[in-house]
Amino acid sequence: MKRHLVSAADLSRDDALLILDTAEELAQLSGRAVKKLPTLRGRTVVNLFFEDSTRTKTSFEVAEKRLSADVINFAAKGSSVSKGESLKDTALTLQAMGADAVVIRHHASGAPARLAQSDWLHGSVINAGDGTHEHPTQALLDAFTLRRHLNPGLGNDLSGRRVTIVGDVLHSRVARSNVLLLNTLGAEVTFVAPPTLLPIGIDNWPCDVSYDLDAALAKTDALMMLRVQRERMNAAFFPTEREYSRRYGMHGGRLAKLPEHAIVMHPGPMVRGMEITAEVADSPRCTAVEQVANGVSIRMAVLYLLLGGATLADAPGTNQSEAAK
Amino acid sequence: MSSYLIRNASILGGPAQDILVAEGTFQQIGTGLTAEADVEIDATGLVALPGLVDLHTHLREPGREDAETVLTGTQAAAKGGYTAVHAMANTFPVADTAGVVEQVWRLGKESGYCDVQPVGAVTVGLEGKKLAELGAMHDSAAGVRVFSDDGKCVDDAVIMRRALEYVKAFDGVVAQHAQEPRLTEGAQMNEGQVSGELGLGGWPAVAEEAIIARDVLLAAHVGSRLHVCHVSTAGSVEIIRWAKAKGWDVTAEVTPHHLLLTDELVRSYDPVYKVNPPLRTAEDVQALRDALADGTIDAVATDHAPHPAEDKDCEWAVAAMGMVGLETALSVVQQAMVDTGLLNWEGVADRMSHRPARIGRLAGHGRPVSVGEPANLVLFDPAYRGTVNPESFATRSRNTPYRGLDLPGRVHATFLRGTATVLAGELVEPGEPA
Amino acid sequence: MTTTNTPRPPHQVLDGADISRVITRIAHEIVERAKGAEDVVLLGIHTRGVHLSRRLQAKLTQITGREIPLGTLDITMYRDDLRMKPARALEHTEIPAGGIDGKLVILVDDVLFSGRTVRAALDALGDIGRPRAVQLAVLVDRGHRELPIRADYVGKNLPTSLREAVQVRLADTDGQDAVLVGDRDYPQASRSARRESAAKAPAADPTRPE
Repeated sequence: MKRHLVSAADLSRDDALLILDTAEELAQLSGRAVKKLPTLRGRTVVNLFFEDSTRTKTSFEVAEKRLSADVINFAAKGSSVSKGESLKDTALTLQAMGADAVVIRHHASGAPARLAQSDWLHGSVINAGDGTHEHPTQALLDAFTLRRHLNPGLGNDLSGRRVTIVGDVLHSRVARSNVLLLNTLGAEVTFVAPPTLLPIGIDNWPCDVSYDLDAALAKTDALMMLRVQRERMNAAFFPTEREYSRRYGMHGGRLAKLPEHAIVMHPGPMVRGMEITAEVADSPRCTAVEQVANGVSIRMAVLYLLLGGATLADAPGTNQSEAAK
Repeated sequence: MSSYLIRNASILGGPAQDILVAEGTFQQIGTGLTAEADVEIDATGLVALPGLVDLHTHLREPGREDAETVLTGTQAAAKGGYTAVHAMANTFPVADTAGVVEQVWRLGKESGYCDVQPVGAVTVGLEGKKLAELGAMHDSAAGVRVFSDDGKCVDDAVIMRRALEYVKAFDGVVAQHAQEPRLTEGAQMNEGQVSGELGLGGWPAVAEEAIIARDVLLAAHVGSRLHVCHVSTAGSVEIIRWAKAKGWDVTAEVTPHHLLLTDELVRSYDPVYKVNPPLRTAEDVQALRDALADGTIDAVATDHAPHPAEDKDCEWAVAAMGMVGLETALSVVQQAMVDTGLLNWEGVADRMSHRPARIGRLAGHGRPVSVGEPANLVLFDPAYRGTVNPESFATRSRNTPYRGLDLPGRVHATFLRGTATVLAGELVEPGEPA
Repeated sequence: MTTTNTPRPPHQVLDGADISRVITRIAHEIVERAKGAEDVVLLGIHTRGVHLSRRLQAKLTQITGREIPLGTLDITMYRDDLRMKPARALEHTEIPAGGIDGKLVILVDDVLFSGRTVRAALDALGDIGRPRAVQLAVLVDRGHRELPIRADYVGKNLPTSLREAVQVRLADTDGQDAVLVGDRDYPQASRSARRESAAKAPAADPTRPE
């Protein structure tokens, strides 16, 4: 594995399967009396959140604490230049504090990549969602959930499984990470969205594109609903909430048209009544809650694999050559 | 004032000749000159071009002296082979009054490295609402003839029409920064394959092309001159080619970076590649090169845009847009145009000196290298091979996209009206005996 | 000093029949000392301890007529040398349905060496539950303890020097049953060669600190 997890593209098939298999082992922990491992004792992990995200932050924090890491929460509101301390100065501060890893959530696409490429800090950078770019640990937990339902077993991938991703692909970091990772794992991805919510150039992405949700349902093993923010309506991405729901929302009628084994996924937070009705969200076929639980296992696996063995911090003197890569 | 005998220079790439520079003009040109001179320069292997003229330079003074001053900017210009630059109006305060343009003009005079021709703002405060006092700026000591809200587009069609009409009275020209504002809200880079993958807001080609299409029609309608700044797309080239074919008085410029770099570089998220208009695709780069070669695009203009380190040492989204370019322009043009066989040195002189001077109505610049003409000259060594080292730049800023890149050629010497501003690649203090 | 500088090839100290006999003996000792082995839970430590624990369980079933609960234990996350190598892949930990609380847990491993693996296993057990008691069964005790740990059931005490390596081969992964001792720098048993074979089928790394 690479030293950082910035993009799902950083992961080879073997890397991804190692993470999923490791997470599968670590998932057992939640059934134990002591849900804690000593593995990352003495490692410092900083959660650097430039954007509010209670669920992702909590998930990482639980994962870090279960591995006995020292956890520092660094809520950095605002952004560089205009509103206070720059990303660079923040990074230098974290480096001075001896951060072994920085889990970063940032509203600007590419901020984690900047951190990883800079020589501002030497720890591992884990992208916890950057702007409208990527959210690789979300894609991993989605793949973990998909595998458990569609092809359970250590070492298994998702070859041939058909995943339909519906909604605001244009603004979705979840969609970008998922299309990369799911392809790495052999799944077939179809995006369904109104043309306004698909990025220019999507024809060259490794996926199919459709504007018609109903036509895609029968050919779907898993349906992944993306959150659609109501504000998009005001920017003329679609006319009204009702029209969006009618054409691209998931409701009981559409649920019935899915193959029996198919699941409905949602990265959360759900906008009930917009992209998903309560009937679907609360149905046993919706894995939204399960995905949250899986998120902890996946994040533990990523943290263990990046920090559990020898890291740069353990071999001083190699920092410069590595940082200069 | 020293006199210079330049031995064996290849004027516009032609056969080696000697050039005698004295009293601010070219005194003699020929082979085996025997004239006496204070300084003799061996120019064997060097190409002699008329002093370069930049239509598009951000000198940042007044207001952002942390990024650049007129002095450091003109020093950078001299090192790049320029003898005249047009200083853009987006300073603090904006150059929208006679007072500000005269101040910039005077600072240029004092620097002595390069003539500074201020550009006046089209509208008050670059806000696109109310015409600035264009006539007063023209009538001032600065004698402004090029007007631009560069950095912002004059997007109101009526204001644009009036500006085009109004400057006819003093042979002015409006230089438009073509960017439809609504189509580029939140824009971070060229809209295309790469922006989709990177999740960065797209700056679509159509936002530039729609404005250019409108403007050439407006210019034709009112019979005015129009200049299009930093053309960046293949579609824009097509529109300008069409307008020129119609016989309309439209000129256009392209930056060196749009002739060489593509949006693939943005994948690094390194804001040194953040510029407005953004880096486009390889197809656009090729169309721009072809257009510059066939004259559809008249001029290379640097859009030299210095920024302090902290404005680039940050996340892409909050980083400032722009690149420094004065000191690398000729090398980039050699790589993109000359070494590719698209343009010879005569063509380079035309696109980087003659035509920009004519567009700016700049007297005394862009003249041929011939006896009796003002001695504005650059000696360029096209055989030189080196790695771009921003630490050696004269500009106060270091935001170059070419750091560490191997670029061909180097400016050996620059003369401004017979006075050396650069010799052996190093700045010479004006008036300092060589 | 009569030592020679030429590394000696591995020689066999236990063959398949020996190993089988040893497991039978340990099974009888367990039944005897644990009074019928009624509350015994076997936990095999990855990798070869798991195979040995399976054989031990089969033997105990023969003797007692009951199925003894059997599980596996991966101690990777509890190792004290994690930072000496890149992160290792985890093995499967499987605790039998009845759990370990109040039980007599018998840890099973192939070679007892430094004692560090057992230390890690004890830490792992503490996080899983609270056994009545914990005992240790090993096929080979080769000495050189670095921690105050001893085995309750030993197949064979094997005095070794630190320059020697002990290889346990089990039919489950290595094609045959045998215990070999040789110099760790003997070419054919060199680390790289063993790593290659380990890549195909997980083989014991006798140089691994136990």
